[in-house]
Amino acid sequence: MLQWLISTYENWQPVSGYLVHIVAITVPLFVCVAYLTYVERKIIGYMQVRMGPTRVGWKGLLQPWADMFKLLFKEIIIPSGANKILFLLAPILALAPALAAWAVIPLNATTVLADLNAGLLYVLAVTSIGVYGVIIAGWSSNSKYALLGAMRSSAQIVAYEIAMGFALVGVLIAAKSMNLGDIIVSQAGQHGFLDWFWLPLLPLFIIYFISGVAETNRAPFDVAEGESEIVAGFHVEYSGMAFAVFFLAEYANMILISALAAIMFLGGWLSPVQGWVSATWLATPYIGWILDDGFHWLLIKIAFFLFWYLWFRATFPRYRYDQIMRLGWKVFIPITIVWIVVVSAMVLAQVGPWWDRPS
Amino acid sequence: MSNTARFVRSLFLLELFKGLSVTLRHMLFVRKVTLQYPEEKAPISPRFRGLHALRRYPNGEERCIACKLCEVVCPALAITIESEQRADGTRRTTRYDIDLTKCIFCGYCEESCPVDSIVETHIYEYHGEQRGDLMMTKEKLLAVGDKYEAQIAAARSQDARYR
Amino acid sequence: MGIEPILFYSFATVLLVSASAVITVRNPVRAALFLVLTFFASAALWLLLEAEFLAVALVLVYVGAVMVLFLFVVMMLDINLARLREGFIKFLPVGLLIAVVMVAVLVLVVGPEQFGLAKFAEPARHNADYSNSRELGLILYTVYVYPFEIAAVILLVAIVAAIALTLRHRPTTKYQNSTEQIAVQRNQRLRIVEMPSEERK
Repeated sequence: MLQWLISTYENWQPVSGYLVHIVAITVPLFVCVAYLTYVERKIIGYMQVRMGPTRVGWKGLLQPWADMFKLLFKEIIIPSGANKILFLLAPILALAPALAAWAVIPLNATTVLADLNAGLLYVLAVTSIGVYGVIIAGWSSNSKYALLGAMRSSAQIVAYEIAMGFALVGVLIAAKSMNLGDIIVSQAGQHGFLDWFWLPLLPLFIIYFISGVAETNRAPFDVAEGESEIVAGFHVEYSGMAFAVFFLAEYANMILISALAAIMFLGGWLSPVQGWVSATWLATPYIGWILDDGFHWLLIKIAFFLFWYLWFRATFPRYRYDQIMRLGWKVFIPITIVWIVVVSAMVLAQVGPWWDRPS
Repeated sequence: MSNTARFVRSLFLLELFKGLSVTLRHMLFVRKVTLQYPEEKAPISPRFRGLHALRRYPNGEERCIACKLCEVVCPALAITIESEQRADGTRRTTRYDIDLTKCIFCGYCEESCPVDSIVETHIYEYHGEQRGDLMMTKEKLLAVGDKYEAQIAAARSQDARYR
Repeated sequence: MGIEPILFYSFATVLLVSASAVITVRNPVRAALFLVLTFFASAALWLLLEAEFLAVALVLVYVGAVMVLFLFVVMMLDINLARLREGFIKFLPVGLLIAVVMVAVLVLVVGPEQFGLAKFAEPARHNADYSNSRELGLILYTVYVYPFEIAAVILLVAIVAAIALTLRHRPTTKYQNSTEQIAVQRNQRLRIVEMPSEERK
């Protein structure tokens, strides 16, 4: 009996270790999401010559907590005629993929929860599941607006996933690997940020990020919740914490897309001055730590992309639905296909500084 | 603009970047216009139309002569007036009610008043805690007028040139 | 007990339950969602078999794209359930017969006689750095390159054919041409008229 218990414990020990890691990734992520909403309101406020939240806490810094507690204490209203199980399942389905994809995101040279060989494919597959939350929410709400929002969202996500997938195929060809850690390592070099893939893959980079904006249903591609036409789209009927979970999912997805863009096109945790700083500088305390590769660079890059998200939202009016489809199918997909051919040619010709080293 | 120029403009997203630069400039360099309300307040014009008041003459006699012009002109039918002859032979109101929940603050009552009795003050921070609190009776209106007479008179004199 | 058998049995249970729910549930949307769950559970089983590429491809292609389109259509259908179940009893014998035949064929072809551990040695466990997708790619683009390319061309032809068959230009339908709309210039829509202001009398 004791033997059995010990062997069971030994079998399960890695699982508990993983659980600790998962919590260590998820909890900071939730805090980031909370403060992303704050930063969004601040930045968009400033762009609109307003001040944003200023009242709760110093400079409004406690605003996310106030919002959270408000939503926590509100009633979750289930509409009559709604499919109760699916109605409550939908927000979870929306949030889970956004969190699950973080399993393969390398945080620095050694830290990654699951070092998958097919990491890129895994990310693509997991993010493609996120659409189910939207579809099920729209259908189970028993509301016409919600259904319309779900329709729009699913069509849009399917369209942009293709462009996104093709953009990632370019990265895959360039990095010669599907492991996200290897993709970052293959962007290392002696030419600072010029070694990263954003330069040779510039069209794919732009298309990836724009598709990412579309994929997360953010402005200017937020027809799924277009307030002026379909109230709030797929989550009209949601209230309280169920709504908050959709909100969380949207922002977690934004952070995820930003992290992926940073990893695949801006070298993840690589320093932008790699190879330019002498070893003596790197050895000096503080300055060296900042200039060296590390997790902080990944954070800075994610913040950079998140700023673009917010900037887009403050600047652009919403796309018309058929124009979104036109952009996805008729503009992005052809450009990505052409650029995949160009990238393949560049890799074969060993164009420097990206592919002139023996791999 | 030629087709090629247009193609280049749309391919390199030139107009989108122009738009982005506008928002960025506003974020970084433009002074924010937000008013921190309870601490900061916007300046008020002398013609501001806030809470109503009934005024008195300097000798303490109420101005209103119950001509009912305001009652007639009120587009929201918020004013109710009843009048009677007083012992000294003048006509005065016995009832002067303004229902603030109906009032649209158009200022017609003020404009129509021949004796400058009903006026709108600069008070805009008031509330009612129970039913009937926003039903302004003659006593309440006169009390408001008595309390803010200096302010009302100042605003009137400031605006007198344009009336 | 190790974690692997627990995972296998739980995913296998989910797979079987959801697969039977696909054909027994009355609401077509729910049936489609159960099908999604089935795909998911089988992807998990494939992951346990170290076939990570296939598992991820199953999720990516079937769960992420095909079933979304499926749901997209099913959600918009107003299916009359009474009419759907009208001939249930009448067709039951034929259906049962076909089902039995299919099960028999499957058991005969992929049963333990053909694929049992007696016929094949248990495949060796691979190291953590073994890349299933890399091996698949190598073999697909070398040994099986012609079948692979031919399949790709056939699929492409099927796509083009499907679009060509369904794309009809009905003269009565009105639609907006975004390309034309975007190309519009100011002077095509707006005419600025110079008018002298009237003389003051």
